[in-house]
Amino acid sequence: MISQQKGDCLVTMSDLFQDYSVAAERTGAYDEMFTPGQQARKSYGQVAGALRELSLADVTARADSMARTFLDRGVTFDFAGEERPFPLDIVPRVIPADEWTVLEKGVAQRVRALEAFLNDVYDKMTVVTDGVIPRQLVTTSAHFHRQVHGFEPAGGVRVHISGIDVVRDAAGTFRVLEDNVRVPSGVSYVLENRRAMAKGLPEAFGQQLIRPVEEYPRRLLSALRKTAPSGVDDPTVVVLTPGVFNSAYFEHTLLAGLMGVELVEGRDLICRGNRVYMRTTAGEQRVDVIYKRIDDEFLDPLQFRADSMLGCPGLVNAARAGGVTIANAVGNGVADDKLVYSYVPDLIRYYLNEEPVIANVDTFRLEEKEAREEVLDRLAELVVKPVDGSGGKGLVIGPDASKDELEALRKRVIADPRGWIAQPVLQLSTVPTLSGDRFGPRHVDLRPFAVNDGDKVWVLPGGLTRVALKEGSLIVNSSQGGGSKDTWVLADSPQVPVEALPRPAITVRERVSVWPVESNWRDSQKEQQQ
Amino acid sequence: MLSRIAESLFWIGRYVERADGTARILDVHLERLNHLPMEEQRSVAQELLAVMGARAQSEDFGLPELLNALAYDKQSATSIAGSLGAARENARRARETVSSGLWESLNTTYYGLNQHRKDVVGTYRFCNWVLERTAMVSGLADTTVSHDESWQFLVLGRSLERADMTARMLSTRDVLSAGMSWVNMLRCAGAYESFLRTRRAAFGDQHAAEFLLLDRLFPRSIVYALRDADECLAMLDPSAQRVGFINDARRIVGQARTFLEFHRTDDLMSELPEHMERVQKAVSQASDAISRKYFNQADELAWVGEVS
Repeated sequence: MISQQKGDCLVTMSDLFQDYSVAAERTGAYDEMFTPGQQARKSYGQVAGALRELSLADVTARADSMARTFLDRGVTFDFAGEERPFPLDIVPRVIPADEWTVLEKGVAQRVRALEAFLNDVYDKMTVVTDGVIPRQLVTTSAHFHRQVHGFEPAGGVRVHISGIDVVRDAAGTFRVLEDNVRVPSGVSYVLENRRAMAKGLPEAFGQQLIRPVEEYPRRLLSALRKTAPSGVDDPTVVVLTPGVFNSAYFEHTLLAGLMGVELVEGRDLICRGNRVYMRTTAGEQRVDVIYKRIDDEFLDPLQFRADSMLGCPGLVNAARAGGVTIANAVGNGVADDKLVYSYVPDLIRYYLNEEPVIANVDTFRLEEKEAREEVLDRLAELVVKPVDGSGGKGLVIGPDASKDELEALRKRVIADPRGWIAQPVLQLSTVPTLSGDRFGPRHVDLRPFAVNDGDKVWVLPGGLTRVALKEGSLIVNSSQGGGSKDTWVLADSPQVPVEALPRPAITVRERVSVWPVESNWRDSQKEQQQ
Repeated sequence: MLSRIAESLFWIGRYVERADGTARILDVHLERLNHLPMEEQRSVAQELLAVMGARAQSEDFGLPELLNALAYDKQSATSIAGSLGAARENARRARETVSSGLWESLNTTYYGLNQHRKDVVGTYRFCNWVLERTAMVSGLADTTVSHDESWQFLVLGRSLERADMTARMLSTRDVLSAGMSWVNMLRCAGAYESFLRTRRAAFGDQHAAEFLLLDRLFPRSIVYALRDADECLAMLDPSAQRVGFINDARRIVGQARTFLEFHRTDDLMSELPEHMERVQKAVSQASDAISRKYFNQADELAWVGEVS
């Protein structure tokens, strides 16, 4: 046990944190909760205090009850046809107010730049003519869809919802790891985790101000409605899901439910005369805004994969004619191509005339001969990723890979250098995470979510912190044994409206209506007669 | 509301009621079945299964097999576990429409299905538990879902299935005519006390059958359930017509109900099997008609030319 001297972070940790500092040192990463001397950081004071009071039995009982609640509520993701609860760890990830201000600014800046880039790419491509980015790079991207070239989507927004993945490197600096502007998922866990934590570790909320996350669905709905095709007074919004077997189906139902809109499948929709309708019990009803949760390739069999039964034929033409808003816009994938990612700082300078607030992770572009040669020499110490992958698919971590795997990778990279990027292995920051009978440091990333309504980019204060539950693992994806943590953004000052309305005094109603049997007048009369 | 969701709700109503009815029937018959000699037990078990709408797979279908077929078999649409699983699957597909209370009660029920011993004693407890859970589901459906279209579909499914279940319950009497008393039959429907209070002196087979078939105030009687279904259909399609019904479902349900209500007979007992057959047929026809009218989906995606 380690005790520290006084101060607001004085902490004598219980046995649950035995050996934590040794393990933390071994990872060589930045720890979110403790400074190297195992002293809790200021932002974690309250959490550390709450955990100190708990015994192992308490912590396990609470963790079990949280897991049970998730299963009962159906907070699950579908993995290989089986519903699994998304493991939520009991220690939250806390972000102090000043750090959040920077993150928020950086995320919004990135979204604005990507929005401008997409508008340009599907229009005049000035970014190419001005020599910022090679034309070939754009046109060879797997997600550059010529089917949507040359029109501005109804409502004028392309990146309605985005999730920008950031990580903290060993020095404690935030860096953007990738952009998700197609179908970013995970926000449902942000909402559910907060509810679960309020019941699981109420002590830790204590006196500090944690910024609420529950306004997300409201913000999302208002942004979607705002970007409806012009001339529609009261737009009908729907969420389009591929169906119950999609891994994020829970999220689709939660968002549709919280926004109070219909959750439709492709077979519920019909396109006629460049308008979209849904089949209801009262006949067909016009749909104005579609929050699309299926991949572009499956959206419209007339334009993309003709064998897809998940979408609805005619959607892309309807969008082109301005009859429907699709969020996020079709073709956004070109912006989260990982090779384009390496140019985003330049794009920010080009479109916004600003310096990037959050830096990228250093990235080797394998199409450049020198970079490729260097990477092929150092394959065993780098991370190599496919440019259009998501969910950690196809990613190879050099130090963890076997010789055969590296050989196979080398061949694939040489065969298709455009398809890959390489980055140094980042020791993602760690947060204490319950593992067996104690807490151990586990690597985390962070996905803040941003909603763009055309005028303003709003960043949800919080975001999804994913954690790799295996010791030393750097892969946080839920499909590969990752869990999540509730993410708390601390507020600077109490957010009280300037003019709080005087609250009316509560009148206490003291009279309680009852009918006591013993005071029944007949009963009491009898008593008197006796 | 979306046709697909309406269909899910309709089937949630049906499946939950089916689980409830099956649990009631199983609970009461189990008592009797247990006392029978082996050979008879086997044939009665098979007949009981037939009444519930399934066929025995093999010759030595006995009590343990019956328990599995009616209570625990998750693959079968006639078993309790199968119905509750299907209800939960439907709720999962309509999750954003139903209240979270309703969804969670169905979801936890589903996860609770495995936590019971599958012997005779365990099955009594299981039936009891199922009745509790279905009561909770219905209660939550009534108190936490707005009584709009979506609720009407749910109640419509529930009422139709209830009429069907009570009809099956009454048919099981044939199966066990040797000693299956009307007291048990009334208990099975939860109607024993209500019956005693209304009919006091006139206690007999005829009266009990009448009560479960024709009573206008007892909610599990066939006439009552059919009237509920009829009211739902009227609410769902409020267009007032001066002559006739366009809506097939209303015609079928209404005919079945009025036939029972206005039928005059001196010997209800001998006509009972015929009545039961008619009710079950009407329910299945009405269900088909409702699907045709409200849940119709395009069979395949078709390309529609642009209007210039």
